[in-house]
Amino acid sequence: MRSSRTMTLPVTTSTSGGLPWRHILLAALGVLVVAFAFSANGYVVTVIGFAAIYALFCTGLNFFMGFTGQASFGQNAFAALGGYGSAILTADYGFEPAIALILTMAFSGVVALVVGYPTLRLRGHYLAMATFALGLITYEISINWTDVTQGYMGYSGIPPLGIGPYYADTPKQQLAVILILLALGVLAAAALKNSRFGRACRAIAGSELAAGALGIPVARYKLVSFVIAALYASAAGSLFAHFVGFISPEVFGTAMVVQSFTMLYLGGIGTIAGPLIGAVVVSLLPELMRGLKDYQTIGYLVILLGILIYAPKGVAGLLDRLLPKREG
Amino acid sequence: MAMLAIQGITKRFGGLVANDDVTFQVEKGEIFAVIGPNGAGKTTLFNMIAGTFPPSEGKVMFDGAAISGRPVAQIAQAGLVRTYQLVQLFKALTVAENVMVGFHRVTTGGVFSALLRPPAMRRQEREIAAKTAEILDFVGLSHRANVTADLLPYGEQRLLEVARALAASPKLLLLDEPAAGLNTEETAELARVVRKVNENGVTIMLIEHDMGLVMQIAHRIAVLDYGRKIAEGTPDEIRVHPDVIAAYLGGTEGYDD
Ligand SMILES: Nc1ncnc2c1ncn2[C@@H]1O[C@H](COP(=O)(O)OP(=O)(O)OP(=O)(O)O)[C@@H](O)[C@H]1O
Ligand SMILES: [Mg+2]
Repeated sequence: MRSSRTMTLPVTTSTSGGLPWRHILLAALGVLVVAFAFSANGYVVTVIGFAAIYALFCTGLNFFMGFTGQASFGQNAFAALGGYGSAILTADYGFEPAIALILTMAFSGVVALVVGYPTLRLRGHYLAMATFALGLITYEISINWTDVTQGYMGYSGIPPLGIGPYYADTPKQQLAVILILLALGVLAAAALKNSRFGRACRAIAGSELAAGALGIPVARYKLVSFVIAALYASAAGSLFAHFVGFISPEVFGTAMVVQSFTMLYLGGIGTIAGPLIGAVVVSLLPELMRGLKDYQTIGYLVILLGILIYAPKGVAGLLDRLLPKREG
Repeated sequence: MAMLAIQGITKRFGGLVANDDVTFQVEKGEIFAVIGPNGAGKTTLFNMIAGTFPPSEGKVMFDGAAISGRPVAQIAQAGLVRTYQLVQLFKALTVAENVMVGFHRVTTGGVFSALLRPPAMRRQEREIAAKTAEILDFVGLSHRANVTADLLPYGEQRLLEVARALAASPKLLLLDEPAAGLNTEETAELARVVRKVNENGVTIMLIEHDMGLVMQIAHRIAVLDYGRKIAEGTPDEIRVHPDVIAAYLGGTEGYDD
């Protein structure tokens, strides 16, 4: 392992002051997707709305898994809390959707704190199992506590998003609100990433030993980052409830975990753009391949496998390699 | 007053006594080396000082306060910063970011300051960036600032670990075999850095197998063998100490390994 100081490396730096091609390309793609959504019919609006909601969910999950380097297989629990919380508060108790969204986020945050405090002492697959159990428990509750959740029947009659007299009546208006909240969520994640707090979280992912030796309270930071992920998941759950107007236990089931993991790894875990790219690609792929009919699922899986094998850091990592990155 | 006082420290792992009633002091401003054959208990001693695990018996006083039994992060917060025998870099972070994390102890701000970016926080970020550049320059890693840490050759990884620890402005810096795996040139560079850091007022305690380096930079040395301290003194005293010579001849390695 001895190497001279003059050895050349695959240096990742680039000409400073160059155009941020990567950002421009991503922004352009984003605009394209949004423009497409707003010019298209109701079905496309729905698909892109789901993609945006998932993107928000994954942005939070990415903070916990990608940046802080922990594993949670139970983030769907917090989406369920958000979804059912918002549904019950708005449909049964007449709360403003915006207020309900914030209240349920706060509630989810407290639950994450209480659940995370003992759980985050576990490591690796123990943590994964514990969080997975959390997701399953929430799912069972949403099925069996029929008085509150209406069980398998699902919960309907959830009003659209809005605040005061302003309601997002049409799906396109709803999509606009979701996209604005998504933009806020992504900006917040980016701000957190490049801060004392975010660097400490990413340090924990790199080496808990070294992070601790530099004075970072590892357990506390993991907990805070778990809570952050829960807040995003809760908001995503609430938005879903309002966007569709109906929720059932299946919506927040284990499939959600699989779906969000695919998005994260495909888009590029540990990057800001990754969750967005992953959410859009995974949501749109099956739609684009509808022409394949019976072979649709196979085509979909082939593409996923291809990306995972040839671009292990996801699409965002691929872009990093192909396009010069702007220096911070 | 001593910067660090080790008082009758013992560590048992089941039947194995890894440290056996070890006592010594590290004075403010000195470079103190701990040497001894493989398995002598040097890293175990560091782990007890830094709080990785508590001693079975005895206590550790750091800068006048008893720290044994306190958690690692709290001890680090108090100004006792360590590096590890096996490099523990934040591999996905750039070289500069690694150093920036080092400033954690001497900076403030959590989630809210990150989101709201008040002027004080932005100023702090600018200061950290400037000081990071200084430190990288100091250890000769400026040209690597924006490279991810896992791409560094091994010698530079070790230097980066030291650089990161320096960012924390330690009062006492513990280095566990900082020269392990370095070539002659890199070791010389490391010696220069350690000396310079010490001249800037940082007390340094290091474990090292490279006797050339130890004899060259240490003011005082303690020798461990089978968990016991068998000698303590200046490099000249240790060089000729009969027990030390015996331990090294009987051990698995040569004097200038
Ligand atoms: N956590 C632990 N659990 C059990 N035994 C341990 C533990 N840590 C160290 N030991 C044992 O204690 C003894 C001293 O180990 P230590 O790592 O302190 O030696 P060292 O002097 O640092 O050696 P080296 O020069 O090889 O790094 C060894 O026999 C080791 O196997
Ligand atoms: Mg050791």
